[in-house]
Amino acid sequence: MTPDTTLHLTDYLFYFFALLAVFSGGVVVFSRNIVHSAFALMFTLFAVAGLYVLLNADFLAVTQILVYVGGILVLILFGVMLTNKIVDVQIKAGSIHVLPASIITAVIAGTLCGVFTLTDWFVVPGADASAVKTTAPHIGEALITNYVLPFEVASVVLLVAMLGAAMIARRERKK
Amino acid sequence: MNIIEPLVKIALILLINLTTVAYLVYTERRVSAFIQNRVGPNRVGPMGLLQPVADIVKLFFKEDIVPTAANKFVHSLAPLISLIVALSTFAVIPFGNTIHLFGRDIKLMIADVNVGLLYLLALSSLGVYGITLSGWSSNNKYSLLGGLRSSAQMISYELSMGLSIIGVLMIAGSLQLDKIVVHQGNYLGGFLPAWNIFLQPLGFITFVVAYFAETNRLPFDLPEAEPELVGGYHTEYSGMKFGLFFLAEYANMITASAVITTLYLGGWQFPFIENFGFSPLAVSLLQVAAFGVKVALVLLFFIIVRWTIPRFRYDQLMNLGWKVMLPLAVLNIIITGFFILV
Repeated sequence: MTPDTTLHLTDYLFYFFALLAVFSGGVVVFSRNIVHSAFALMFTLFAVAGLYVLLNADFLAVTQILVYVGGILVLILFGVMLTNKIVDVQIKAGSIHVLPASIITAVIAGTLCGVFTLTDWFVVPGADASAVKTTAPHIGEALITNYVLPFEVASVVLLVAMLGAAMIARRERKK
Repeated sequence: MNIIEPLVKIALILLINLTTVAYLVYTERRVSAFIQNRVGPNRVGPMGLLQPVADIVKLFFKEDIVPTAANKFVHSLAPLISLIVALSTFAVIPFGNTIHLFGRDIKLMIADVNVGLLYLLALSSLGVYGITLSGWSSNNKYSLLGGLRSSAQMISYELSMGLSIIGVLMIAGSLQLDKIVVHQGNYLGGFLPAWNIFLQPLGFITFVVAYFAETNRLPFDLPEAEPELVGGYHTEYSGMKFGLFFLAEYANMITASAVITTLYLGGWQFPFIENFGFSPLAVSLLQVAAFGVKVALVLLFFIIVRWTIPRFRYDQLMNLGWKVMLPLAVLNIIITGFFILV
């Protein structure tokens, strides 16, 4: 069966989201103004959520928006905005340790490219997107059966992080 | 793929929503006047019914002032975000059962998303952007304080909101809003409709309180507390940009009422309608009407609460959110789990 090479609306959407993710990701990294970086991160996260939707991962897409855009980014944005206003110094994002960073990046990029070319991708010819049912029940089942240990470990890590954050906040108040 | 049908639905819902917003403002002013023993707007048109038109025309002619020190782009973007979030929540709300019209079956909701419940939560968590960004970009300390308060408030109450919804999710066993409504069509002991408000009274209370906080309505309107913060996050907005915030607030109220109706008040379910022997079309229309009436009643409840209960202090707000609402919401999950197991 020859693959269908005509571009559909979903293909255009894929390229749109992919380009948006890469471009805004670049802005996050290269922008000198940290507020702009935080803003660009919003578009990156949205674009990734869009890619999830195109992959039929509905649960993951909505969770991405709920947790990253609705929760974490609000806090980041908030921290950036407030520190920018209260401290009268414009916070600039600079580049340090360029050489080690570029080596690590090259290694990661090489690994990803290797995985990308070597993996025997599982392609369903002419798969009907609407035939796929919701993924939420399967994710839930997997989390409390096969993956219960990583799930619990993650929760402990989060708890430790929360305690640590509370500790740091407390200590500053005493000064 | 038929693209006309969703477009018609979107247009209809937008039209109905925006008209309702206009008359919601009018109703609010009349009801508040009634509560405070005043007359309220009664000069424009019969009984003042044309007042919303006059208000909107006035807003269009106002000068649009942007502070010189403001971040222009974000300053214009913020009201748009507020309104878009408020309106797009309506995409997943079922306002009627499948209706047979013009020789085809039409599902009375725009998008039947598999994870509708999470979509609701995700969008309501985005609402904080409009307020935070407007507060920050105005370059005004009152605006910034309003934005700060609103973020803290919304993040705190989102938790108990999400936890209250889990109760509904456990009963219905689905994230799809349509299925949640269908599930509420049964009867308890043959006489009480199995609406989630009867199954989960505690979850209903925590959800409604949390949603009040999400919509920034009194008693939770600290982001715009006018005695302390002038106008809060929209202090520096004028003309149609302020109008957009105003629109967003009331659109949010309608959305909130629709969500509360869908999750807890049986959605479009009209109890015992199957016993009357109406034709299928009449049944569908009556169900849509039932949805409308329920939403209207919740809206009235919103308005009455605003004019009856004074504003919280900030520490009271946080105490309520973290020390009362959160444990209650968790308790609700435990109770629900217990009853499901037994």
